Amino acid sequence: MSETFVDTGTETGTAMVPSFATIRKITWETDDTFTLIIDAPQVNGLPFSFKPGQFNMVYAFGTGESAISISSDPFKKSVIAHTIHRVGTVTSHLSRLKRGDMIGIRGPFGSAWPLDKAAGKDVCIVTGGIGIAPLRPTIYSLLRKRSEYGRIIILYGARSPLDLLYRVELEEWSKMPDVEVIVAVDRGDSSWKGHIGVVTNLFSYIKLDPRASIAMVCGPEVMMKFTIEELQRRGFAQSQIHVSLERNMKCGIGLCGHCQLGPKFICKDGPVFALPDVQYLLERKEL
Amino acid sequence: MVLQSGTKRILKLTPDGLEQILDVLHKIGFETIGPTLGNDAIVYETIGSIDDLPQGWTDKQEPAAYRIIKRNDQAYFGFNAAPQSWKRFLYPPDRTLFRIRRKGKGLEFMEQEENTAELALIGVRPCELEAITIQERVFTSSEQRDDSYLAVRKKLFIIAVNCTSSGGNCFCASMNTGPHAKENFDLALTEVVNANEHFFIVEIGSETGLSVIHDVESAEPTEDEVETAAGLVRQAESQIRKLDLDTTPKLLSANLEHPEWDEVSKRCLACGNCTMVCPTCFCSTVEDTTDLSGKLAERRRRWDSCFTLDFAKVAGGNFRTSPRSRYRQWLTHKLSSWVDQFGKSGCVGCGRCITWCPVGIDITAEVQKITGT
Ligand SMILES: Cc1cc2nc3c(=O)[nH]c(=O)nc-3n(C[C@H](O)[C@H](O)[C@H](O)COP(=O)(O)OP(=O)(O)OC[C@H]3O[C@@H](n4cnc5c(N)ncnc54)[C@H](O)[C@@H]3O)c2cc1C
Ligand code: SF4
Ligand code: SF4
Ligand code: FES
Repeated sequence: MSETFVDTGTETGTAMVPSFATIRKITWETDDTFTLIIDAPQVNGLPFSFKPGQFNMVYAFGTGESAISISSDPFKKSVIAHTIHRVGTVTSHLSRLKRGDMIGIRGPFGSAWPLDKAAGKDVCIVTGGIGIAPLRPTIYSLLRKRSEYGRIIILYGARSPLDLLYRVELEEWSKMPDVEVIVAVDRGDSSWKGHIGVVTNLFSYIKLDPRASIAMVCGPEVMMKFTIEELQRRGFAQSQIHVSLERNMKCGIGLCGHCQLGPKFICKDGPVFALPDVQYLLERKEL
Repeated sequence: MVLQSGTKRILKLTPDGLEQILDVLHKIGFETIGPTLGNDAIVYETIGSIDDLPQGWTDKQEPAAYRIIKRNDQAYFGFNAAPQSWKRFLYPPDRTLFRIRRKGKGLEFMEQEENTAELALIGVRPCELEAITIQERVFTSSEQRDDSYLAVRKKLFIIAVNCTSSGGNCFCASMNTGPHAKENFDLALTEVVNANEHFFIVEIGSETGLSVIHDVESAEPTEDEVETAAGLVRQAESQIRKLDLDTTPKLLSANLEHPEWDEVSKRCLACGNCTMVCPTCFCSTVEDTTDLSGKLAERRRRWDSCFTLDFAKVAGGNFRTSPRSRYRQWLTHKLSSWVDQFGKSGCVGCGRCITWCPVGIDITAEVQKITGT
């Protein structure tokens, strides 16, 4: 087993063994968040293919693995992107890598945003912070098959203007017909002309027909809690609200036990859930 | 002798016959592992002959108490659940997942020796047998699999031993996992020892079991002998501790805010002993290291416990800081959400968590308080 790329077939207990992938490009989005663009590795001898909302376990040599959502366009098969917030050991190691370095990838794992269910509806995307990363592949997919969906509304909250991810793209999207992008920051700066405050405030600037819309929400757990409340107040049925949850993950495939929330394994039953599947669990403290 | 026909093939074996079985197993390449006497406890270790078994010993188990004492007979299997279950043979506490070497700018995997030993487990109790089946379910039910468990399981030869008396903390009868092993073994023994005789009634559970015992000296038991053995096993069914298998899962998930969670968490030290000794607990973590040169990296998987403080920690916070929430996670997972996840309870009633809890917390008593049963 000594070639550089090793087929990680599942026969011999190797779902825990990564495939190697070479970094093609690193882009710093903000001071502490960067996007790694890597050559898509083969998985079980097949080209890498994923659905929006899925994640990879990304391995930094000798340091460890982190669950990281795939943030690139699912239709682009040759490269995949991970947008990573530097918060600790693994993400710091990843932040120091250079073009040409190799990382390990296990995945794609987990459930996807319900694009089928969104057909014919207005799609309301509500995100905070790094939560926009797992939703970017969804946005690409919606835009690619534009006629199959109604309006696209993107509400996005960040700490400050300097913490906004994908700024250029946000601007491009906002100019497209029937796409609304509204951004709020917790703290503005002298150049900031947009909204200041929490992302839930932005609902007052949009019109939504709850019966003809679907919501996809990802961000810090408190932000999601308030967003869910706001959506329900605006008449959204539970079943039309979808969330992506974060938990500690060591395996990504339902074996290590770390990600459990009641009966759910967030890694394999989620991370994307229709709200009725998890709301009763999220209401409990420390579950 | 010629084997009896019919669905259940039952034989009578002397201790010498058991020795012959070990010989056959050794000859066809099995490493035999069984109970031995070590460190003032029963320990599952490699055995060479029946002389290595803890003959004439028994254990006494109470909440937070375990000791071994002499029996007044020469039974080979006259004790109950050993401190450590068989879990470590199928799911090692520390396993290397892979080793990677730097090569120029790239990385490459290094060859890894896989443990290829074929194991014969001698003296697996019915509850432990069920625990092995439960873990097999856990490790094979994901779409993305880690087949290292199955690889060992597939090659196992299992000699189960039915319990003829139960330990102080056992509640297998109410969990429907014992004291009689019903399936998933190659051979199952019931030991009969009294003033006049010492023999085993053997049930054959598989073709491999049949072929192993084929050339071993055995006899056809009389109806009386079979009944004597069965009677002893029935006797082991009377146990003080109980759990209601039907109502517990629902009642626990309906009582997530019961005041008893606060009460029990005042006693629980969050030491995680219960999870380490439990034969079904499967949580693990991974550990990454490099050698001094930084050119060689290794990733290992180790047993973990939901009682550790950073088990549910993420960059933005920690989902379970209080001992209350961690005890609740353990108990509700084991007895309630396990059923949702894997179709069966995660507890087999072996009583280890009661014996090895340093403060003697009794899982059955806690369930009764929380579910009001
Ligand atoms: C499904 C999913 C998708 C994710 N997608 C992204 C993404 O696209 N971009 C991104 O930047 N982050 C993402 N995260 C979060 C990311 O996994 C963690 O921030 C990262 O693992 C922290 O690792 P670290 O070694 O840098 O930090 P650490 O040094 O481990 O420590 C930082 C803190 O994070 C805790 N932690 C340890 N392991 C994990 C873990 N597996 N998940 C969360 N916290 C952990 C530590 O206990 C510590 O408190 C995602 C998480 C999940 C579960
Ligand atoms: S929870 Fe306790 S009694 Fe049940 S299987 Fe685990 S150790 Fe045995
Ligand atoms: S229940 Fe007992 S054994 Fe388990 S963590 Fe608490 S003190 Fe330790
Ligand atoms: S991350 Fe290991 S079980 Fe979900």
